This record gives sequence, structure tokens and C-alpha cells, in this order.
Amino acid sequence: MPVELVGIRNLTARYEGMEVLKGIDLKVFAGDYLAVVGPNGSGKSTLIKALLGLVPVREGAITLFGAPQASFDRWERIGYLPQRLKAFNPHFPATVEEIVRLGLLAGKRFPKRRARQDDADLEEILQWLDIAPIRRRLIGELSGGQQQRVLLARAMVNRPELLILDEPTTALDPETREHFYGLVQRLNKNHGVTVILVTHDSATIGRYASRLLYVDKGVVFDGTFEAFCRSPEMAGFFGEYGQHLICQRH
Amino acid sequence: MHIGILDIFQYGFMVRALLAGTLIGALCAILGVFLVLRRLSLIGDGLAHVTFGSVAVSLFFRVDPAYVTVAAIPVVLLSSLGILRLGERARMYGDAAIGIVSSLGIACGITLASVAGGSNVDLFSYLFGSILSISSAELTTAMVLFGVVLLVVWLFYHDLFAITYDEELAKSSGIRVERINAVLVLLAALTVVLAMKLVGIMLISSLLILPAVTALQVARGFRTTIVLAVLFAVASVVTGTIASFYLNLPTGGTIVLVNILVLLLTLAVRRLLPRAGAESVPAKV
Repeated sequence: MPVELVGIRNLTARYEGMEVLKGIDLKVFAGDYLAVVGPNGSGKSTLIKALLGLVPVREGAITLFGAPQASFDRWERIGYLPQRLKAFNPHFPATVEEIVRLGLLAGKRFPKRRARQDDADLEEILQWLDIAPIRRRLIGELSGGQQQRVLLARAMVNRPELLILDEPTTALDPETREHFYGLVQRLNKNHGVTVILVTHDSATIGRYASRLLYVDKGVVFDGTFEAFCRSPEMAGFFGEYGQHLICQRH
Repeated sequence: MHIGILDIFQYGFMVRALLAGTLIGALCAILGVFLVLRRLSLIGDGLAHVTFGSVAVSLFFRVDPAYVTVAAIPVVLLSSLGILRLGERARMYGDAAIGIVSSLGIACGITLASVAGGSNVDLFSYLFGSILSISSAELTTAMVLFGVVLLVVWLFYHDLFAITYDEELAKSSGIRVERINAVLVLLAALTVVLAMKLVGIMLISSLLILPAVTALQVARGFRTTIVLAVLFAVASVVTGTIASFYLNLPTGGTIVLVNILVLLLTLAVRRLLPRAGAESVPAKV
């Protein structure tokens, strides 16, 4: 029996006063690699933000690791990488190491102090993501790809069971994007990390994700890529050419 | 009569001034780093104006001058929370919220000062600072508040750093952002009340902003920024206080001018020297 990490029932959520999601039902199980795709303004990012409690839920219920989201306090089990920082400051005076250490705060009780294990976890993720040589660099001095890698390290430093990535490759060139997807796939396949990845890149993500969720205010499709590409309903919804565009590289 | 540099330590008022100035300058520098990076620099100005109102109320009711600072604390604390709530709940831009609370403070101050009988010498000492006249009781208050603020910053350091970097990321780590924001503005309020005696209400925001901005020019890390800001602040306060003594200048204004000089020097050094560690690193993902 697969373990349910995320449960969403009849979710309705608003973002900046507009209702962007209605009647969403979704379950994510341990080991899933779920790609959330959909057009601009379809509510993909709002779904993620609602999941993390970053936008208020109007109706419906969300559970995380079996607990109601409102009382969930094991945030170290979830790693989150946003599309871009809300108030990104290129001159922020923090080093790579300081940013990655921020991830270790999740799940710590007051007063939050550095534990001995923290240094070992930090060292491991810096080495694994190959950012140890730039640990003393300021975050604003790095390329877009390096910054994403640092924020991924921040999200991963607690070894979360669930990794949530919101359009993480938007600012990356195609080669770097492929590299990033490969990295996330290794986390999923080799380390058993459950992944929810929001992307516009529906043509590429099929090669990496095991499950596709097409969202447009509500859930349009939820299943494997194979099922999506064979589905006559989806051919009807997108048109055969549209379906082909999404499936061609899969 | 020539007075040597060490002779000034024979004067009790100079020792008290230097001690209080160092503590207050250091506090302003620490909080200034958080406030500047959160684009809340002007909260110092806003709260200073509220402090002006509170001081006017205290003087109107003839509160003992030694306790004027303490009497101002509750009002300034409440006002700091008011600024925060106006921004969060009333869908108001932060600078507009600061402007409203600030205007209220100034308006109350001017009205009460006028009702009390025109310009008041005591009120002017708060407007422009009078660190050389700091009493032992005021120094004790400064030391206690310094201890409280420093302890709270130490306890909440990681959370304060997290919300300063990005509120949404902090929230996704389970940090109660609203609570930490409240802690930050309450600390700022306490510090502003303390700094009032050092440089005066008119110049408080400079103590919060200048050392932080100076440190940001050269620091290579968040902790380093805080340490450098404290060093710049303390050096400016000590140099400014001593210079004002020898040159017979107003202490508050001299401290701020020294701060600005340090900033200008730092900017010049930064232009002349390439930033250490800014060498290119192979651009791997």
C-alpha cells in the first residue's frame, strides 16, 4: 500500500483576490515524481503555495504526511524551491553556505541553535551538488544556474522526503535545464525523494516525471505520460497536434 | 588649557557618554542591517517621531527627566506594532503606514509642546540629542535595554536572518513570519527610544542606516555584515563624541558626520580595490 504524503480534497483557493483553483482533488504518494503543467494563470503555483500554507485555502482540506496542514509542524520533511524569490535582492550579503544553512532551520524548536549534525549535513549537500568550492561566494555573484543549485541545496539539506519545485528552470538555458532535471530525477530514483515539480516545459518533463497533472483552474488530467499520450479525451481537449507536442519527446 | 586624549576619561559625563554611545551605536548597527535589507530603513524615522510625541506628553505631565525614556517605551512599542498591522491588514504600503504613524507622533508632539507653553528646552535636548548630559539612571536604563535587545536578537537570530532573506522561504520552513516581524519592529522601537538621547530624534535613522549601508559595501557574508556594522558604528560614536568634546561641536551631529565620512571612505576604497573573492568561478549549474 503506497504511503500518502499529500492529500488534497475539494480545494478552492484564491490568489490576490482571484479564484484560481476550484474543486481540486489530488493525492501524492511516496516515490511519485509528479509534474504539474498547465497554461499561464492556470493555478499551478497557487496549488503549490496552498499546499505549503503560503496562500489561504478558501474551501477544502489539505493533509501533509497524514496531518492536517494547519497543525503540520514537521517542515523538515518538505523541501521547497520557489520559481524566484519574492523580493530577490542581488546585493544580499549572504554566502552560499549561509543560504544553505537556512534550510536547517525547518523543524528546529526555539531557541534555534546549530547542532553538530548540521555541519555534517551541510558538508554532504555542498559536496553532492558540487557547490563546496563556491561556499564562501556571495549569492548575488553567482549565475542563475548556480543560484538555483544553491536554493536546491537549501531545500535538500534536511534530506526531505518530499521536494516541491515551482518552475525551477525558468531562468536556465536549455543545457542547464536538462542537467537540473537529471539531478532531480536522480534524487527521485536513487534516493527515493518524492518530487512535485511545477513546469511550463511540458514537452521535456515527460522524459523525467512518472506522473502528469494537467491543471487549468481544476484538474484536467492526472495519470502517467503514457496514458496522457494515448488518451482520446486529451486529444480532444488539446487537439491531436497539441497532444503530439507534449508527447513527442517522451 | 590643553586637555590630553586620556584626560577626558577623568570626566564622569564623558565616560558615561562614551559607554552609552557605544552600546546604543552597536544596537542600532545590528538592527539596522535587518531593517535596511528589509527596506524598512525609514521605520527609525517614523518611530523617532512617535518618540517625540511621547516625550512631549511626558514633559507636559512633568515626568521626571530621568524617566522620560522609560515612559516613552510603551507608546513607541504600540506604534511599531501599529505600523506593522497597517501594512499587513489595511493593505497599505509600508512607507505609507510609517508616514501615518509618524505624522501622528509629530502632530501630538507639536500640539502638546505648544499647549505646554511654547518651545521647551528639555524637548530640544531630545530633538537634537544630549549624550553628554546622560545621567547614571539613564545609563543604567540604556545598559538594561541593551542587554534585553541583544538577548532577543541572539535568541531569534536565525529566524530574523531567514525572514530578511525571503519571507516566503522562511514561511515554508515553518517560521512564523508575522511573529518574527513583530519581534523585529519591537526591537527597533526599543532601540529608537534608547538612541534618542544619543543623537536626538532628528538623527536617529542615520544611526540605523549608515553603519549598515557602510558594512554592506565591503562585507562578504551576513554575519560579517553585522560585525562590520557594529565596528563602524562604535568607531563613529567614539570618534564623534571625542571630536565634539575637543572642537566644541554638538555631539549628535558630529557622530552622524563621522558616520557619513566613514561611508564615503568605504565607497572610495571599494572603487579603488577590487572585491576580494569576487573572482570568476567556472559557471557550472
